[in-house]
Amino acid sequence: MESMVFPYPILTYMTFIPLIGVIAILLLKRESVGAIRWTAAAFSFAPFVLSIYLVWYYFSAVGTGMLFNIHNEAQGFIFDYPEPLSWFPQVKIHYIMGADGLSVPMLFLTGLLSFISIIASFGIKDRVKEYFAWFLLLEVGMMGTFSALDFFLFYIFWEIMLVPMYFLIGIWGGPRREYAAIKFFLYTLFGSVFMLVAILALYFTVGSLDMLELIRQNSNYAHIFQLWVFAAFFIAFAIKVPVWPFHTWLPDAHVEAPTAVSVILAGILLKMGTYGMLRVCFPMFPQAAIAYAIPIALLGLIGIIYGALVSMAQTDLKKLVAYSSVSHMGYCLLGMAAVTTMGISGCLFQMFSHGVITGALFLLVGMIYDRAHTREIEAFGGLASKLPVYSGLFYLFAMASLGLPALSGFVSEFLVFVGAYNSALVSRWITLLAVLGVVLTAAYILRMIQKVFLGQLNTRWDTLTDINGREIFTLAPLGILTILIGVYPEALNVFLRGTVNNLVKMIIP
Amino acid sequence: MKDLILILPQIFLFLWAIAALAWDFVKITSGRRGMAYFSLLGLILSGIMTIFIPGGEGFSKTYLSDDYGRLFNLVFLASAFLTILAATDFAELRFKHKGEFYGLVLMATTGMMFLSGANELLTLYVSLELATIPLYVMAAYMKRDLKSTEAGLKYLIIGGASSGILLFGMSLLYGLTGTTYLSQARGWVIGADMSTGLILAIVMLIAGFGFKLAAAPFHMWAPDVYEGAPTPVTAYLSVASKAAGLVAFVRIFFGPLAIVKEDWVTILEIIAVLAMIVGNLVALLQTNIKRMLAYSSIAQIGYVFVALTAVNGYSIVGMMIFLMAYLFANIGAFMVAIGFSNMTGSDSIDDYAGLIRRNPMVAIMMTIFMLSLVGIPPTAGFLGKYWLFAAAVKEQLYWLVIIAVLMSVVSLFYYANIVRKMFFHRQDDESKIYYGPALGLGIFISGIAVILICLAPSIFYDWASKAARVFFPQF
Repeated sequence: MESMVFPYPILTYMTFIPLIGVIAILLLKRESVGAIRWTAAAFSFAPFVLSIYLVWYYFSAVGTGMLFNIHNEAQGFIFDYPEPLSWFPQVKIHYIMGADGLSVPMLFLTGLLSFISIIASFGIKDRVKEYFAWFLLLEVGMMGTFSALDFFLFYIFWEIMLVPMYFLIGIWGGPRREYAAIKFFLYTLFGSVFMLVAILALYFTVGSLDMLELIRQNSNYAHIFQLWVFAAFFIAFAIKVPVWPFHTWLPDAHVEAPTAVSVILAGILLKMGTYGMLRVCFPMFPQAAIAYAIPIALLGLIGIIYGALVSMAQTDLKKLVAYSSVSHMGYCLLGMAAVTTMGISGCLFQMFSHGVITGALFLLVGMIYDRAHTREIEAFGGLASKLPVYSGLFYLFAMASLGLPALSGFVSEFLVFVGAYNSALVSRWITLLAVLGVVLTAAYILRMIQKVFLGQLNTRWDTLTDINGREIFTLAPLGILTILIGVYPEALNVFLRGTVNNLVKMIIP
Repeated sequence: MKDLILILPQIFLFLWAIAALAWDFVKITSGRRGMAYFSLLGLILSGIMTIFIPGGEGFSKTYLSDDYGRLFNLVFLASAFLTILAATDFAELRFKHKGEFYGLVLMATTGMMFLSGANELLTLYVSLELATIPLYVMAAYMKRDLKSTEAGLKYLIIGGASSGILLFGMSLLYGLTGTTYLSQARGWVIGADMSTGLILAIVMLIAGFGFKLAAAPFHMWAPDVYEGAPTPVTAYLSVASKAAGLVAFVRIFFGPLAIVKEDWVTILEIIAVLAMIVGNLVALLQTNIKRMLAYSSIAQIGYVFVALTAVNGYSIVGMMIFLMAYLFANIGAFMVAIGFSNMTGSDSIDDYAGLIRRNPMVAIMMTIFMLSLVGIPPTAGFLGKYWLFAAAVKEQLYWLVIIAVLMSVVSLFYYANIVRKMFFHRQDDESKIYYGPALGLGIFISGIAVILICLAPSIFYDWASKAARVFFPQF
């Protein structure tokens, strides 16, 4: 009975290297803008490199078959330290960092998008020092949330993210930034306090805050207890996703946030919601997961349809992408509610590919906004002739978002639909109605492309320049990932398979 | 002799207070800052004695020095320490009579330190008066200032009346049990369970302490007094005098009255809910930072009452850790406000606009204090609330905890408002705001403490759980 350990505490390094970066930036002079930018880039590049190593190490561990060996106590997990480090021993709070198939892709995505966002933020001119300090602090919270396996630690990282996000939206955002910032903060805190109560309730029931220990004991919880605690956790995570009807903070935050922050928000923060559901709600309270399958699937369905319909009505490019997130995250909910291997895999595929695609779309919208200083869809037209490279890249990601085969969006939607259709828990009608979402998505994406890129070029935009090398550099890795996963889904699935199988077995024995 | 050693920290601090008062008559030096540093030294020495002198009972069992009382003594000493650091520059600027102030702070602290060990009703009452009478004087310290005089008078009248109510409750308790000793009263209380007299005694005691703690619905005096009193006094009132109320309250209610807790937990639940709702909702509307912190301190007491209704070991642990967090965060916030008004003469929240440009370090520290008061990790306030709510969750008081966490979310709005002003807004005057060495040191200590309590929780939890074992030996 033993578990696997990294050769060195890589997750701890990934989490706390950005914190060193924060301190380094605080020590720099406010005027030395160049030094601050490159320091930030360096301290986000290091965790990115480590995340590539993490991916490689996990991949080789999957290959050896050790991870899902019956002698392995923690199936699918690799830890930083062989034993939980004692942090608050009197009340059994430990420092436990570990990664499994759920978190490895998310950690990689965090490393990648943080680095890209910091490069994309080089255009920030106002209060540069503060900006990058908050940004790196945000990365600490994100990395920590995906690696922490002790509830106390998890909660601390979860909450640490709120503060930098509040400042990033509130200082560098658009005209209604203050409103958007406090709305984001209040909504998320509202959710997390329920999580806190649920954590305390679990602690007094089991006497431990070790997530894996709590999962191991999942057969001991009373049915009614499961229903309540599941609901408390679900509210906290659903606000983050955001699930309809908790989604109203999202358009405000996205529209007001600066580009790079939107990328992180859509790419990572939304995924924390679904990550939390799959990490906590489903494995810890399997009876509740089954009992709530229909309501969760319905919430997913409402999200898909409602998000798509609202997207159709948008006149602002960024708002359109923001609402499309509500729609796309709905697929995740539908997939996980199904509790089939395909459904949950689809959910995880969607988490990853939505992070990549929407991250790229927000970058693209930011690029055109930097040049044209407007995001009104009606104001554009015929950009394809003026900005061919930009348009080509935009088409790529828009098509991926739409679910065109051979791009990553298609794989995840396909898996979700097949998984949900074959599920014993979710009514087939829900899945069939959800397929309508694909049509609606096609409608709003194609309408947007038509109005922005096709037709006659507005003479107002004669002076626009095509995208530069730095911008292509930020988009290239995202484009490669989109195509790679679309053409060869196994590249991602190899990380997920074991963990997903485990999860499904845990819920439906 | 053994008895005297037991109260050596108090005797020492009392003599030091007399010396501080005498200093003003003798005028050994010309500057008054020397007196402040002299008083700080006295507090440190008394603190060292508090830590190292072993506990025990003395004075024919009227006085008890245990882990619970001694931890509270450290809280009192720490808040007096920070208050004096906060007051030095303020005193030079605003006070006509600078001398007696420090002596009064030490005197009040001495009273509180006796109170923490009072194991008998009369001792408890006398200590309480020793603690509060200097506070009346301190509240009215700027006697040419109308608001300060008003604050002093209001505080005196309300304080006197509440002491009367408290005394009436104590006399009823004495009448029922025939003893003023808390340790002996326990047995008698069982016999008096649910009797009208006991209920009346409990109600009177709760009302009396409710006034001292400024818990709603007994809070009306607090905002005016907090606004009018000199700001360092407000800081001291909002932390030390509340802690003093709690130390005695818990001594009585978790001691002899714990056995009849069914008679009083409902009243505490009502007070907790009222305090949280009134404190938080009214704080939303405030534009003056002192009034805002006054209402928020009403709400903070509400959170403590959430834990106290649970009556278990975690109640004590939660209260202790929460008080430590609250001590540093609240006095820290007041210190920022004091330095700000020393320079600008303003207590208006709107004037905090653009503080990040005028003094970035202080703006960051203020943000840490505000986050701690909301209870967001990694700050001490989070840990405090964590254990407070843990106590209630342990007894499955979920409805109370839900109200408490929702009210915490509400509180984010007004605490974040200050952060919003400091970071998001600008104003025309962007001249630097300097904080003197004493204030700077105080703010720095508080900021470090707020982070440290959360990141190294074991030490503080150990102290708190020792205090809890006084009432719950098996905890």
